[in-house]
Formats: sequence, C-alpha cells, structure tokens
Amino acid sequence: MQALTNRAQEVSRKPMTFMERLYIPGILKGMAITFSHIFKKQPTIRYPEQKREFSPVFRGLHVLNRDEEGRERCTACGLCAVACPAEAITMEAAEREVGQENLYREEKYAAKYEINMLRCIFCGLCEEACPKDAIYLSETFAPANFTRTGFIYGKDHLLIPNPVTEPEAYAAAKGQRN
Amino acid sequence: MTLLAVDWLLIIEKLVLIAIIVFASLGIALYTTFAERKVAAVLQDRPGPNRAGPFGLLQPFADGLKLIMKEEIIPTNSNKALFVLGPGLAMTAALMTCSVIPWSSHVEIFDRKVDLQIADINIGILYIFGVVSLGVYGMMIGGWASNNKFSLMAALRGASQAISYELAMGLSLIAVLMLSGSLSLKTIVDGQMAAGSYWNIVYQPLGFIIFFVCALAECNRTPFDLPEAENELNFGYHQEYSSMKLGFYLFSEYINMIMSSAVMASLYFGGFDVPFLDESTLAPNIAALIGVAALLTKIAIFIFVFMWIRWTVPRFRYDQLMNLGWKTMIPLALFNMLVTGALILLKAGV
Repeated sequence: MQALTNRAQEVSRKPMTFMERLYIPGILKGMAITFSHIFKKQPTIRYPEQKREFSPVFRGLHVLNRDEEGRERCTACGLCAVACPAEAITMEAAEREVGQENLYREEKYAAKYEINMLRCIFCGLCEEACPKDAIYLSETFAPANFTRTGFIYGKDHLLIPNPVTEPEAYAAAKGQRN
Repeated sequence: MTLLAVDWLLIIEKLVLIAIIVFASLGIALYTTFAERKVAAVLQDRPGPNRAGPFGLLQPFADGLKLIMKEEIIPTNSNKALFVLGPGLAMTAALMTCSVIPWSSHVEIFDRKVDLQIADINIGILYIFGVVSLGVYGMMIGGWASNNKFSLMAALRGASQAISYELAMGLSLIAVLMLSGSLSLKTIVDGQMAAGSYWNIVYQPLGFIIFFVCALAECNRTPFDLPEAENELNFGYHQEYSSMKLGFYLFSEYINMIMSSAVMASLYFGGFDVPFLDESTLAPNIAALIGVAALLTKIAIFIFVFMWIRWTVPRFRYDQLMNLGWKTMIPLALFNMLVTGALILLKAGV
C-alpha cells in the first residue's frame, strides 16, 4: 500500500531483544528526552497579562457604529439578520420622533438590537450585508459569562461610545483597523 | 531531686525532636506536591501553578484549604469506623517511618549531646520494613470499607504489588546488611562515613537499582501506580474519599516518597555524609547542620528523580508488573546477594 506521508513506519513484530527487555536503556532514553524539555522555551501565553496578537483580519465582537456627529447609523433594515447564517441577530425597529435627530441618523432606527454571541459564528456576513456601514466586527472577543442570557448582547453592549462626547472611549472601541 | 530516675531532659529533647521532624516532613510534603506540579509543568513546556502568591508558592496552602473546605462524605453502605480509620492509618504509618532515620550526627546544646535521630534502635531497618508493611493496611482498609468494587480492586492490587516488591526489596537490602554488619541505620551511615570507606552505592550498584525500583512500587509511583490507575479503576482505592480524608491519603503518599528517599540516601548514599569533607574537623554543631543540609539535598534529588520518572514512563500493565517483580527483581536480588556474600568471604580469605 502506498504510504500517505513520508513519516509512515512499518510495524515491527519482532520479539524484543535482550537489551530491549532490560527496559533500563529505553527508560533512560525517555528520561533524557523529558529532561531536555526543561530547557525548551515555553509557548505559554499568560493570558490576562499577556494577550495573543491577532491577525489584522480578525473578526471579533460586533460594534454598532455611529457617524461623525455621534448619531446611530443603523436603520433596522434587517439585512444583517437575513444575511446571518447562524440566525444570531434580532432587532425591533422604531420611528424617529421629532427632536431625536441628534440621536439617530435616519427616520427609522433600531429600538432593540440583540446578537446572541453563543449562536454567532463570527463570519462577518452582517458586516458585508449592511448598506449603512452600521455594524462591523471589532478586535476583541466575547469574555466568559456565568449565564446563557449573559451572552445575548443588546445595544448597551454593542453600541460604540459617542465620538463627540467620549472621543477616547470611541477610539478605543473603534480599534486600530479603520 | 530525681523523679523515678527518669532522664526528663531526654524525654523533652525527644519530644521536641519528634515535633520538629513531624512538622518539617509535613511541610516538606506540602511543598513536594507543589514541586510535583512544577516539575511536571517544566518537563512538559508549561509554566505550572503560578497564580497563588509569587511564583505560585502559596498554591499548596490553597490546595489544602480547598480540601478542608470540601464536604466530608461517608458512603451510606460503607463500614464507617474502618472508613475513617483508613486514611489515619496510612498517614500514621507514613509518619512513623521517620523515627529511625538519622538526620545528622549530633548537636551540643548547653554541654548536652543531642542526637538528631529520634530512636537509634538496633533493628532500624526491620522497623522501617514493618511500618511500611503497615502502610498497606491503610490502603486495604480504605479500599475495602468504601464498599466500592473499584476501590476494592485497587486496594487488592496495591496490597499484592507491595507484597511482591517488598520481597525483592528485602533481598537487595540483605546485601547491604552483609556489608555493614548492622541493622541500625546510624551504624550503616557511620560505616559509610568512616575514613577510607566509600558509599554503599559503590559496592552495591545492582542492589541500589533493585531497591530503587522496589521503592517506586512501594510508594505507588509511576510506572507502578497500579492502585491509582485512573483509566481502569476510576480513581483507585481512595475513590469514595473526599475532603481531608482524601488529602491524608494523597499526603501520606508524598511523605512515603520523602521517607523512602531518606532511607535510600542513608543506605546507599552515605546519609548525612558530605563527600570529600572530614566532618570531625568541624565544630559538632556546624557539622550537624551541614549534615542535615546534605541529607535534605540528597532527598530532594531523589524526589526529583521520582517525579522525573513519573512524567516520563507510562504505567506498567498488571501482568508486566508481576512478571517484573517475581521473575526479574527477585532472581536479580538473590544473585546480587550471593555475589556480595561470595566476595565478602573471598576478601576475608576463607
């Protein structure tokens, strides 16, 4: 049979030789191998203090974007929810009242916008589907939680801080990429 | 005034010594569990426990606290008295071993010569063997009283393993006894320390290897940890135990490890002897301190080797274990004994 890799070895069914039956040489060889590992570099990343560098195209937690004046861009059109293969997104639309022009960019907005982070597969299709540039995937990932409901992220989690009133928080949430 | 002609100072001295040695061995055992995890981690390219305190040094206390806080469960259908007795017996037997080990020569406090050995009895080695055999009862009683088939099977395995390897251990020991001519550990160590004599490992390399392998089996350490073979027996003889009773079992194992390291160091590696150093030229107190440090270093090296082996060698199968014990170790030990006896006779010129 043709070997699939060049690492395949034929199984030897020879009875053990005297040296092999002594076990000691084999055990010493194994111990030399484990001892050499004392001096090897540890690949461990000590997580809360050190963090793994992500690739520039990493798709992390979602962010609901605002425009330069701090108005929410989302119009609750539902295209992201339709595009979502994991059906993780739900939303409820509402109409903008008079006097809310500084809050919402267009006449319709998302009163409720929820993403279930346990369903989400972080594929980024919502980002691609959005015609208003209102949702994109950031550079962070969902932290651990004690309950399943804790993983359903509403607008309070998703919405980016206002660039006009809180520019530092906005820049931090926006990340390095855009 | 003399009270019944009893040397009260001697009793106080021994009680203090007992307290120091028991608490020291408990403390060392505590940190041996930490060392085990660190050694395992380092051998596997991991950092190991490093969260509790600087470098994770408080980890053993966190573990101990956790064990104490756990719920104490005594199974309904277990034999309750024996169930409680098991871990205590294991711990007692483990701690009793340390009484005949000579930790160092002697210190002089207020012109009083204090031997750093709890009891220099003339059958020291036999005593150790007796107590170690008692340790099997801790395992047997615990496993049997649990009323759990896996515990019972593990306990039977442990007992039969201990009995098989005690034979080879005793036989390899006889060769040492023939060389030193005494059963007292103090005399054996003094014989190795005397000018012009070498450590027993020089005369008994094969005997030492046999003794070491048997010590691994006696301490239930890998590759002979059959009583705790998790993947066959769930958890082993202490499966039904929880809280500090489980802690006692695990702890007594580490104390056993320390004590067997101390016995091996005393029998084969000169005990508290420092190589190429003549202790008699130093002040007795300094010599005693150096001796304690030397013995502790030797124990630490042995413990490291124990751990190193554990994280290298996979577990033996049960039939392999028995084959090795009865068909290899005992004949080898007998051979070693005969050769040693013949050489001693040859040297004596009979």
